[in-house]
Amino acid sequence: MSKTPLDTVEHAAATPDVELPWAELGLKKDEYERVVEILGRRPTGAELAMYSVMWSEHCSYKSSKVHLRQFGEKAPQSDALLVGIGENAGVVDVGQGYAVTFKVESHNHPSYVEPYQGAATGVGGIVRDIIAMGARPVAVVDPLRFGAADHPDTKRVLPGVVAGIGGYGNCLGLPNIGGEVVFDACYQGNPLVNAGAIGVMRHEDIHLAKASGAGNKVILYGARTGGDGIGGASILASETFDDAKPSKRPAVQVGDPFQEKLLIECTLEAFAEKLVVGIQDLGAAGLSCATSELASNGSGGMRVTLDDVPLRDSTLSPEEILMSESQERMCAVVEPDKVDRFLAICDKWDVIATVIGEVTDGDRLEIFWHGEKIVDVDPRTVAHDGPVYERPYARPDWQDALQADDANKLPRPETSEELREQVLKLVSSPNQASKSWITSQYDHFVQGNTVLAQPEDSGMIRVDEESGLGVAIATDGNGRYAKLDPYTGAQLALAEAYRNVATTGAKPLAVSDCLNFGSPEDPAVMWQFAEAVRGLADACQQLGTPVTGGNVSLYNQTGEAAIHPTPVVAVLGVIDDVARRTPVAFQEEGQLLYLLGDTREEFGGSAWSQVIHDHLGGLPPQVDLERERLLGEILISASRDGMIDSAHDLSDGGLIQAVVESALLGGKGARLVVPDGLDAFTFLLSESAGRAIVAVPRSEEVRFNDMCGARGLPVTRIGVVDGTVSDGNAVVEVQGEFTLSLDELRTAHEGTIPALLA
Amino acid sequence: MTARIGVVTFPGSLDDRDTQRAVRLAGAEPVALWHKDKDLKQVDAVVLCGGFSYGDYLRAGAIARFSPVMETLIEQAKSGMPVLGICNGFQILTEAHLLPGAMLGNDHLHFICRDQKLRVENADTSWTTDYESGQEIHIPLKNMDGRYVADERTLDMLEAEGRVAFRYLDFNPNGSLRDIAGITNEAGNVVGLMPHPEHAVEPLIGSGRTDGLPFFTSILKKLVNA
Repeated sequence: MSKTPLDTVEHAAATPDVELPWAELGLKKDEYERVVEILGRRPTGAELAMYSVMWSEHCSYKSSKVHLRQFGEKAPQSDALLVGIGENAGVVDVGQGYAVTFKVESHNHPSYVEPYQGAATGVGGIVRDIIAMGARPVAVVDPLRFGAADHPDTKRVLPGVVAGIGGYGNCLGLPNIGGEVVFDACYQGNPLVNAGAIGVMRHEDIHLAKASGAGNKVILYGARTGGDGIGGASILASETFDDAKPSKRPAVQVGDPFQEKLLIECTLEAFAEKLVVGIQDLGAAGLSCATSELASNGSGGMRVTLDDVPLRDSTLSPEEILMSESQERMCAVVEPDKVDRFLAICDKWDVIATVIGEVTDGDRLEIFWHGEKIVDVDPRTVAHDGPVYERPYARPDWQDALQADDANKLPRPETSEELREQVLKLVSSPNQASKSWITSQYDHFVQGNTVLAQPEDSGMIRVDEESGLGVAIATDGNGRYAKLDPYTGAQLALAEAYRNVATTGAKPLAVSDCLNFGSPEDPAVMWQFAEAVRGLADACQQLGTPVTGGNVSLYNQTGEAAIHPTPVVAVLGVIDDVARRTPVAFQEEGQLLYLLGDTREEFGGSAWSQVIHDHLGGLPPQVDLERERLLGEILISASRDGMIDSAHDLSDGGLIQAVVESALLGGKGARLVVPDGLDAFTFLLSESAGRAIVAVPRSEEVRFNDMCGARGLPVTRIGVVDGTVSDGNAVVEVQGEFTLSLDELRTAHEGTIPALLA
Repeated sequence: MTARIGVVTFPGSLDDRDTQRAVRLAGAEPVALWHKDKDLKQVDAVVLCGGFSYGDYLRAGAIARFSPVMETLIEQAKSGMPVLGICNGFQILTEAHLLPGAMLGNDHLHFICRDQKLRVENADTSWTTDYESGQEIHIPLKNMDGRYVADERTLDMLEAEGRVAFRYLDFNPNGSLRDIAGITNEAGNVVGLMPHPEHAVEPLIGSGRTDGLPFFTSILKKLVNA
């Protein structure tokens, strides 16, 4: 883009034949032609910059929009939903006048290019979305997926990502309470770094991204604008990686968590004094996004003087200023008589704040540079009228063969000794092993409200100190299941997150999702996407948990190889009194262990098929959402009425994985009996959905059984918390099959990740 | 009557509200102090809480130490006002030379967050009288720069004068010399430690233990009985 002469609106109108680098900025030819049609002339360089970033896949959802509509169309009736899809984050009523906002987003591509900063700024971005709603952020979660655990590049990417998440989140004072870490070769060149955050506010404090009231001032505050992240949205997020192209490192933004911490505090102080009419954070597409979204959601237009934007690099061109993705910036709309007070609060926190424009009574977004108009657009055409693609999709021709390759037919262990060895191999495999080497790099104590954190089934935060009101969040997603059947796989992701929330005693209320897929230009990938969205929307409708927002990440593929379709689902729940929460750890010897739900021979996509046979084929476990709902109700009632002392959901790795985790966390063993009608292998390793184990005090046995019986939930007594043998060492014993000491299990379960990555 | 205990907020402080809660739960009155304000609002004692003041840029605690509030605090600490530095607060106290030694990056180069076992070595400071000497407690620890170092002479002096207040047990989480988790000044009114007692004041929350509460009840008793 040439800086001289200045490409003003007037100049653009007078020079219709000037060629602009629309292709370099990621626009397709027909998209550029559409811009020309909208404007009735060629765009200026600055206008082109804005359209190109706002119409990128990342910002406009142009490939996914037609499918995502189902989340609205099929949304279940929910009294809890205060703000739905379309704002910075959804908002849910959790009672007692409190509202909770939460969202999950991806920062996949930047984290592969530069793991530390990519992951760090992912945390920063999601946290700004939360503050932009008016809430104080109270926790973060990080669902992560990497290539094979023993691949050399995983050792480059994972430690950087973990250090970046910790380095940023810890410095912000946000407890990291959940998430996942999954390894699979399919993520080798495309790690998934998703980041979620939760915020809490009073109902009356909800803020929205809109600029209304002619004469109100537009204030940019936070960090100075620099050259980092320019084109990040359009180029990084919307193209596949290709070895032949130059390094994209300069397009990754650099984070400053200290600046963001100040931004949080000064924003909340401004909210508390009711100084803010509308607010928007600057993330992908920077000022282009903030100005066009604020203006298009409000009642009027907006006039901005770009010269007033504080710069870190004075040589930046206006186009670059509009596209810069410098972190830790926010944009507020403030009434004129409150501007001084707003600026004073920013000054108190040493945050730079500058009036850069004002709301007008027109309907145009006009941007000036050196006194000349360089942007004159209808902001809606930038923010909302981006292209919409009906991309072709088709069930891939390999899908039938994949499903026919039945995992239930794989050779099973023939002896008890072999079963024992396989169990040990499973609990020490990277996906099933303890992730404490990773999670211990995150602060989970800060703010003093953390009730549960990983490796619990869901993270739980106290919201009100007096009443004990709390919220829980779990994120789940199994790409292997989704590869076998994307519709079912997406439903299983929701079912598992729903179950995880209920297992801790909280009532699931709402959903956010981060949909990670390959290239939408591949009809097979587009089919996976369409199926997953349809599955998730149907399941949300049936479980009564609306999708409140989320994020789509496409182009997660290198060359022809796409990642497994990976819908990551976050479920938010509420608990009336956190004192009633149910932990994973076994609490007391002598308590009875019950298995809730039905166990079938279901090994398609299972951890067993992966670890023992390096196999992926067949069908994923069946989904029964009515059963999930019933199981959830039982777990919540049992928690509220004090009938269970510990509970753990069953998912990948099956029952034995859950028992081993509960035993190791509680430092107490278990004796298990294989129930009638099941073989030991299926009992221990099947991954049938809709199941959990619970530990019931003997005094509650009758009451608990009666409740399950009355409501029609299958319940099977499978053993007892107890396993201390003569030498004082606790064991997990499967009667008639094998015994594993807790020491042996601990070494196997906790040694793997440090050995690979430390 | 109760005691007024100040909690300083620097830009980048994180555990200020948690610390105020711990003070309140112990029965004292928390008073928020601001780093730009020299006025200590006539508090009876001050806690410098955890966090990353000034982003830990330059060196943890190095910039905060020059804040206006520290001018008054250093002066009053020298004349006997009780001061507790937790984590970043401990780092600030060493930077301010109210306590000897310094904190370096953890020897394993990672941030570490865990429920840490400690032994109380000195139960006679202003902040530890509700413990017993030799008592073993669990207090959450979370830091990047927690490796306590000092020259041999200083370490020997601290040991000889009973000024090692807390020691890591079972596992040294950061490579601190002689497993030192916290120390006191000669007078016993200034104490600094890396673990976070304010995160262990309520059952269910955080570590689920209340092993940290005696810090706050100790100082309350001392001030009320004074």
